[in-house]
Amino acid sequence: MKKIYKINDLDCAHCAAKMEEKIKGLDGVINANVNFIAQKLTIEAQDGVFDEVVKKAAAICKEIEPDCTVEF
Amino acid sequence: MNRKQKRILLRVIVSAFLLITALVLTKIGVHEIISSSLCLCAFITVGYDVIIKAAWGIRNRNLIDENLLMTIASVGAVCLAEFFEAVAIMLFYQVGELFQSYAVNKSRKSIEKISNIRPDAARVIRDEKELTVSPEEVEIGEIIRVFAGEKIALDGEIIEGETFVNNSFLTGESIPVGAGVGDSVYAGSINMEGTVKVKVTAPFSKSSVAKILELTETSYENKSKSERFITKFARYYTPLVVVAALLIAIIPQFFINDGRGEWVRRALTFLVISCPCALLISVPLSFFGGVGSASSNGILIKGSGILEKLSKCDTVVFDKTGTLTKGEFAVTEIKAEKINERVLLAVCAAAESQSNHPIAKCIVKASNEDYKRFKVEMVREIVGKGVIAKVEKWQIAAGNIKLMEELGVTVPDTDKTVIYVTIDGKYAGFITVGDTVKGEANEAIELLKELDNEKIIMLTGDREENAKSVAESLLIDEYFSNLLPENKVSILENVIEKAEGSVAFVGDGINDAPVIARADVGFSMGNLGSDAAVETADVVITDDDLRKIPLSIKIAKRTTEIATQNIILAISVKILFLMLGIFGASGMAGAVFADVGIAVITILNAMRTLSKHE
Repeated sequence: MKKIYKINDLDCAHCAAKMEEKIKGLDGVINANVNFIAQKLTIEAQDGVFDEVVKKAAAICKEIEPDCTVEF
Repeated sequence: MNRKQKRILLRVIVSAFLLITALVLTKIGVHEIISSSLCLCAFITVGYDVIIKAAWGIRNRNLIDENLLMTIASVGAVCLAEFFEAVAIMLFYQVGELFQSYAVNKSRKSIEKISNIRPDAARVIRDEKELTVSPEEVEIGEIIRVFAGEKIALDGEIIEGETFVNNSFLTGESIPVGAGVGDSVYAGSINMEGTVKVKVTAPFSKSSVAKILELTETSYENKSKSERFITKFARYYTPLVVVAALLIAIIPQFFINDGRGEWVRRALTFLVISCPCALLISVPLSFFGGVGSASSNGILIKGSGILEKLSKCDTVVFDKTGTLTKGEFAVTEIKAEKINERVLLAVCAAAESQSNHPIAKCIVKASNEDYKRFKVEMVREIVGKGVIAKVEKWQIAAGNIKLMEELGVTVPDTDKTVIYVTIDGKYAGFITVGDTVKGEANEAIELLKELDNEKIIMLTGDREENAKSVAESLLIDEYFSNLLPENKVSILENVIEKAEGSVAFVGDGINDAPVIARADVGFSMGNLGSDAAVETADVVITDDDLRKIPLSIKIAKRTTEIATQNIILAISVKILFLMLGIFGASGMAGAVFADVGIAVITILNAMRTLSKHE
């Protein structure tokens, strides 16, 4: 499954790169992209673990840039 | 400015005011304690969140973090008893961030403005009440209401009201088209005038706009080499600069004892320049702008990687039928014996006027209503051969060579598709029909030649004579005829091998999907309706205009040029200021410029990708 989420207040470009790298490393993630310009998070992950992956991804974003929030 | 930015601005102003007061008080000789505590207040006001974030970063083991670096730099200044310097670092950093975030937001908005085609909401009428829901939730057969100025949320048919719609996202054509009851409208179009009610005919996921969004939003597989380069660069750059800063702070201590912490100060300057933000923001922004600018021209590009390949394109291979030519019959030549050509066409059209055959239809069309002044009787259609009819007082026979043989009339030989005409049993001339070249094909190829002297190649499954005549009428360098679909792929592979740059293939996307897929950059012309075309192509031209091919190459070249400028500019300025920093020639102000100034300059440069192309 592949879904796109909006990330609000993503102001730091190299945080975006870091988020992307970390999310890609999560179990069950096939591919991920954090688009700093479009403020979008794209996650492609296995169906069974998708919701869990998204939760973890949102936590990663928060951890790297405390100001930002992922819109579900 | 948004709320967050306004808050930072306020803090910056308060802090700057405190700092200036402290400076003035020191100048007039007030006790140091007072000015130092004012500085401390200024420092906390402007930098508290940076320090909190730095602590948060340490807790999460994100050691190389901008906030941490700034905290080290300013705390380092405090340790050197440079209180003003410490406040200045934080102040400059926040002002820089503010500038940057403002510039990025502006850019985001202007890109969105030209490329945002997603309808956000639909006003659906359910149980006689109007509800605002997301377009995905509306089902076929439901009625939606669209006010003037709003985007039409779903594909459908107007059942009430009259308006003008702007379909520019689909066609690149920004002149509004009139639409009334019974007319089809498309999701993503803008309703320019009145309020209309639309009966939904397809779910949102099946609309062209959804396909376009899918195509442009999820194209992360196609990241450009430049973007990959800068992410890699950023990964090594920051740690490297931090290590260098440490070395600069420590090593000289063994040799010289300057006692004033000069080398520590130089090391702190390094930390301020350690963020590769200018690169990380401006390069993707350039590509994003390029893709956005293309999409506002009806050119949908799947990702920045494609844009980069396209900029290196030196060979364009066209499919003939349906791409360079209209793919439909039209009269190309009339050869009349002893009578006027127009009259020959008119009587032939009159005889053929009741036929449904495509050739007959194109002859009727070519005669431009002229045939209507003749009375036609006793029409007899002979399947596979032609027609015989009485037009006014003449007996007309119009058909192919088989019909002429049957009638025993001798006619000139030709290798083209022709309709022979006899009047009262005597041969009167022939009309040649063939596929015609699109009106803008010539101009498109000339533009390609002008752009970069692109090599133009044409492939076709058509006969040699037809291919030759099209190739000669356009500036085509090389052509291959009589090809089966699999031949096209192998010829394209040959071309790719020989070409220095990348090779683009332009087709209609229906029967040449394998060729489009094989090309470095595959163009599909005007087939948003075909899933296969949209999926396999790298670039989809939403209307059928061949001039969009040179335009897309032009946009691609300009975009990569700007991205490269930004890479060179950002890296060289950083290196320059790092060097100046080592020799103590650049203070904090220079460092801040290298960090933020260059980010803002490159962002502004990136926005040039949005400039209008005629």
